[in-house]
Amino acid sequence: MDDVRVGVFICHCGTNIGGFLDVLRLVDYTQSLPNVACAKDNKYTCSDAGLTEIKNAIAEKKLDRVVVASCTPRTHEPLFRSTCKEAGLNPYLFQFVNIRDQCSWVHMQEREKATEKAKALIKMGVARAALLEPLEETEVEVTPCAMVIGGGITGMTCALSLAKRDFEVKLVEKEERLGGTLNSLYRLYPTQDEASKLIQAKAEDLQKNPKVEVLTSSEVKEVKGFVGNYDVTVKHGENDRLLKAGVIIVATGAEALKPTSMYSYNGENIISQMELEQRLEKGKLNANKVVMIQCVGSRNEERAYCSKVCCLTALKNAMLIKEADSNAQVFVLYRDIVAQGTQYEDYYGKARETGITFIKYSPERKPVVEKGSVRVYDELLNEELTIPYDLVVLSTPMISHHDSAILAQKLKVPVDKNGFFLEAHVKLRPVDFATDGIYVCGCAHWPADISESISQAYAAASRASIPLSVGHVKTEPLTPVVNEDECTGCSLCELTCSFQAIRVEETEKGRKAKVIAASCKGCGACGAGCPHKAITMQHFTDEQLLAQIISLGEVKP
Amino acid sequence: MTPQEGFSPDIIGFLCNWCSYAGADLAGVSRFQYPPNVRIIRVMCSARVDPAIVLEAFVRGLDGIMVLGCHLGDCHYLTGNYYTEKRVKTVKSVLESVGLSPERLLIDWVSASEGERFAALVKEFTETIRELGALGKEANCDIQQLKTRLAAAKETLTRDRIRWLVGRERELTEDKNVFGERVTQEEFDQLMFQTIEKEFEKRKILISIGDDALSIKEIARKMEASPGKVLRNIVSLEHDGLVSVVGIEGNSPKYRRVRG
Repeated sequence: MDDVRVGVFICHCGTNIGGFLDVLRLVDYTQSLPNVACAKDNKYTCSDAGLTEIKNAIAEKKLDRVVVASCTPRTHEPLFRSTCKEAGLNPYLFQFVNIRDQCSWVHMQEREKATEKAKALIKMGVARAALLEPLEETEVEVTPCAMVIGGGITGMTCALSLAKRDFEVKLVEKEERLGGTLNSLYRLYPTQDEASKLIQAKAEDLQKNPKVEVLTSSEVKEVKGFVGNYDVTVKHGENDRLLKAGVIIVATGAEALKPTSMYSYNGENIISQMELEQRLEKGKLNANKVVMIQCVGSRNEERAYCSKVCCLTALKNAMLIKEADSNAQVFVLYRDIVAQGTQYEDYYGKARETGITFIKYSPERKPVVEKGSVRVYDELLNEELTIPYDLVVLSTPMISHHDSAILAQKLKVPVDKNGFFLEAHVKLRPVDFATDGIYVCGCAHWPADISESISQAYAAASRASIPLSVGHVKTEPLTPVVNEDECTGCSLCELTCSFQAIRVEETEKGRKAKVIAASCKGCGACGAGCPHKAITMQHFTDEQLLAQIISLGEVKP
Repeated sequence: MTPQEGFSPDIIGFLCNWCSYAGADLAGVSRFQYPPNVRIIRVMCSARVDPAIVLEAFVRGLDGIMVLGCHLGDCHYLTGNYYTEKRVKTVKSVLESVGLSPERLLIDWVSASEGERFAALVKEFTETIRELGALGKEANCDIQQLKTRLAAAKETLTRDRIRWLVGRERELTEDKNVFGERVTQEEFDQLMFQTIEKEFEKRKILISIGDDALSIKEIARKMEASPGKVLRNIVSLEHDGLVSVVGIEGNSPKYRRVRG
């Protein structure tokens, strides 16, 4: 370490730093620190002039470490790292010292103390810099194949979209035929198209596409690996098949809640909206007076969410009933009609025009289904009504697929409290999981209607095609290294890691932890907890952290 | 406790890159002013903060340490801060064994949007440490004794038994084991406390012996502890093969550390 040559560049940032700290005193002080080959101040280190000065100093002063004391690594570390790289210095030999956001800007009235703090921070930075080691990003090849789990409208759309980009696709469907929930639906809002036609068209496209292999009556049994290299065992009857995939898309859909023991549900004259779909399809309604009840089993304590599609489904089916028989009486008992978007607002308007009666009820005074009639307190009229019926239809929410938790475990991805798959970020990464190379779309994620499911399927296909088309994934070298002589194979690291990036395997020396660099996110949790301190976290080693602490101990008066 | 005259504490803050470090930056961007006592060390995740490193900072004479991460549930690495929480709890417990106030170690959560909260936390923590005084003021022992205890505390936190327990806490107390049983938090804390106490006492004995050959009485005097307690632990140390009897003076056996 004696021959390490550190160059330190201290930024005035105009007056942002220079106005509150004695920068020249910092330069003098820095020159006196061990291993420092040169210390300079810049008006703006991030300017062309500043960057050129760094590059020249690397060459002229034979620097092998660079420290910049300026703003924050969160905005400027990439810039200075690439400057080092351009000058032939490994970018991981660069160290940032934050003397603006965390010093000059927060101690504006304390020039002396703030300058002393900046001295300590620079000393810590130089001490760490001396111990930095060059690191290389590694590349892992990506298997150019996507696995789509779930053959409903979402999965089929996603598979087709990927196949059209010329990637191989394995579409895994648990049931005997493709189509998923749409197989149980009659017509679709707002176009009133037949669900079966949509499914048929998609299925035909899939069969024709040589890039897609459809595996029906098949289930995912086991998933191993990481982005670019997943090994998925798929069970088909008694046979297991090992498939390799670079990415995995979860499109397993949802199911409709069966309203068992709600509102005297009996499946005969008190049925669910799903059962109504089938009766409408067969043309066997035999009912002239129909009462629909919304929010059955949703927006309550057990299931707080709004399933969003049930209002429009009710509107659609109510209109279909009126279409078939304009004398039919249809009542929709609702809490709020959820029909956002211009199309759906119009659709709601159209439904009202057909003569469907809408009655608002409150969750405190729910409708009561009695023999032959429904009693409901109309919130707008402020009076109780008794409505005779031939048929009661209960609108229940979509709930997470009963298998979703099991699949989530196999994929090691999270589900939310309602059992729906949970994306990496609600706003910014809506179809990604936090785990690289796995994506989610459609009702597996949250109740969605068909157009939303299709949009999400395209989104997931697009996201998934990034690693597929790049052909390799780069991994940041902030990964742990296992000292096999110290490792006892206790597997605590495996338990600690949320990304399955460290695994205990049988080796010649016995059970030892192995790092899967491509999966590792670089948090360092494994090393900090290792019982035998057998794990070194690169770029944040114990020695590097201790050097910062020790140098701070030394500046204590 | 009255604040020490003119005492300005030295504090280290370990901040995770994604939330708390960003929150600290935001405090700067918003020009929220706070005392200049904290030196920040950036780590990618608060879970990188090894309990032994925290203790090392106290060994080096730092007066207070802050470990700040993302709010629970918001960890960039999903579960890192849950581990941090357990680890810091253990270090606090060890600090109590040393005779230091556990308040010298702060764990808290600051999101990237909580610049004002970060500034407030630093202000409050600096004040807490200023009131506690320089490191060890509350321990009521001489500097040599404090150093022995801190060294023993650090070694305690590098013991595999302790680290293994800390790492398993979430699993043991939150999930059921293979027999369908769950360890209650109370049971776990009790077990942890006993394990720490035992390890800490044993480490203190080893450090007190140093390179000498000492009798139980001599060790007890050095440690300011009762000979009975030393005896119990030295038997255990002998069993572990860490000390051995090297001779008998009068009626008292003399113990020496087994190195290597």
